[in-house]
Amino acid sequence: MVPAELRYSDEHEWVRLEADGAAVVGITAFAAESLGDVVFVELPEVGDSVAQFQKMGEVESVKAVSDLYSPVSGVVAARNDGVVDSPELVNESPYEGGWMIRVSLSDAGELDRLMDAARYQALLDAQD
Amino acid sequence: MAGTTDELRRTALHETHVALGGRIVAFGGWAMPIQYDSILREARAVRSAAGLFDVSHMGRLEVGGSGAAGLLSRALSVDAAALRTGRARYNVICNEEGGIIDDCIVYRRSAEEFLLIPNAANTDVVIDWLARLNAGLQPDAVDIRNITGDTAMIAHQGPQAAAMLNEVASIDVGAVRPFASARARIGGADALLARTGYTGEDGFEIITRAADAARVWRLLMGLGAAACGLGARDVLRLEAGLLLHGNDMNTDVNPYEAGLGRFVNPDRDGYVARDALVRARDETPERTLVGFKMVGRGVARHGYDISDGERVIGEVTSGGPSVALDSNIGLGYVAACFSAVGSRVKIDIRGRLVDAEVVSLPFYSRRR
Repeated sequence: MVPAELRYSDEHEWVRLEADGAAVVGITAFAAESLGDVVFVELPEVGDSVAQFQKMGEVESVKAVSDLYSPVSGVVAARNDGVVDSPELVNESPYEGGWMIRVSLSDAGELDRLMDAARYQALLDAQD
Repeated sequence: MAGTTDELRRTALHETHVALGGRIVAFGGWAMPIQYDSILREARAVRSAAGLFDVSHMGRLEVGGSGAAGLLSRALSVDAAALRTGRARYNVICNEEGGIIDDCIVYRRSAEEFLLIPNAANTDVVIDWLARLNAGLQPDAVDIRNITGDTAMIAHQGPQAAAMLNEVASIDVGAVRPFASARARIGGADALLARTGYTGEDGFEIITRAADAARVWRLLMGLGAAACGLGARDVLRLEAGLLLHGNDMNTDVNPYEAGLGRFVNPDRDGYVARDALVRARDETPERTLVGFKMVGRGVARHGYDISDGERVIGEVTSGGPSVALDSNIGLGYVAACFSAVGSRVKIDIRGRLVDAEVVSLPFYSRRR
C-alpha cells in the first residue's frame, strides 16, 4: 500500500505537506520500481521556480531517461544533494532518503488537483 | 512502456523467467528477461560470484560436410580450416566491402562439423549470407542446420562458475580451457560446455536440448548462481569492452575501424572480404571506436553526438553505468585525431555538453 499521508500525481510523484506549509516532493515506489536502478538524478537549484505538472528535472535508470514533473508550483527551498550523489536512494528509500526537492508553495490550492492515497492506489491496481 | 510481447519467440526458459519474476522485453525478435530484481545487483553478482543468463535467443547454426571448412574460411574473418577440433574463435562476418554483417563465435566440433553462434537479430541474415556464398562453392558439400529452436543456451559466468559447474558436470570442467569446448552431462542432461562468454569473467556457455534447459538452470541456481537478465549482460559486456552488433558496429564500418583488427586475418585466398579488408588494414582509418569515461555528471547513450566543444567529431554507440569502476562509461566512434588515450571530448547529453575522456579498453579486466 502507498503511504496514506501523501498526495500523488498522475506522473507518479508524491507530495508531503510539512507543518510549515512547504511541500516535499519525490517519486513513488512504483515509479522507482518501474525505472529500475536509478543512476542519475538532475534536480532544479535552490531558488529556481517550478510549476505544477511542468518538467523540473530528469531521472535516468540503467536503461532509460525520464523527465521529472513537479506536482506543485513554487520556489525550490531545498534540494536533496544526497540523492544527486547517491541516486540509488531513489530505489532504496523513495519516500524518505530519496526525497528530491522542498518547495515553498505559491498556491496551496493546487494540492486539490492531486490524488489522495486511496485514489492513487486504485490507479496502480488498474495498471496490473 | 514496452509494446506487446505476444508476437515474439520464446526460449525454452520462458516459463522459468516468468516464475522467477523476470521483467520480459522484446529483444531481437524474442521475449527475453531484461532483469529479475536489479540490473546493477545482478551485474555485481557476476563480478563477485556467478550469474546465469538465458542466451537461447542467439543463433545456433551447425555447418557440416566436406565443404564446411572451405565455406567458413570464405565467410569468416579467421581461417576456419586452421581451427583445431575442440577449439573456438571469436570473429566477424564481413561483406565484400568489409562491412560487418555480424560477429560470432565459431566452434570446431570435428573435421567436418562446426557450430556458429550469430546474434539473435542476425541469425537469418547470416544463414542467407552463408547460403549465397556456398552457392558459388560446392552447394552439395555443405549442410547448414539451424538448431536454435531445438536447443537452449545458458551462459554461466563469474569467478565461481567453474567451481559450481564442477559439482554437477560429468567432466572436470577445469580442464576445458578458455575458448575450448567439450561434451558433458550436467545433472543427467547432455550438454556442450564452451569456456566462452560475454561478460569479461571466466565462465561457460552451455548448450542443451530445449527440454533440459529449465532443469539445468534450476540446478545451477541451486548452487548459488544469480538469475541475470539482458540488462546486466549489457552492463558487463560494456565494461569488458565487448562490442554489440547493431549498436557498436554494422555494415557501415569495417573491423579495423571497430578496433577488431586482431580478429581479422584478411590475406587469404578465397576470403570474401579480402580486397576490402587488406586495403582497410593498410590505411589509417578516419574514425575509430574508442572507450570513454564520463568526467562530468551524466550518462552517455547510443546516438548521442560527441563534440570537441564546437563541432561534432563522433557519435556514442553504447553507454551506461559501470559497476566495477563506479562511474559512467561508453563506446563511440571519433575522428582519428581524438582517438588517443587521454583525449578530452564532450558528450552532447540532450543539449548539455558534458566532459569525457578517452581511456584504454577494456574498462575492466578480471584478475587472473
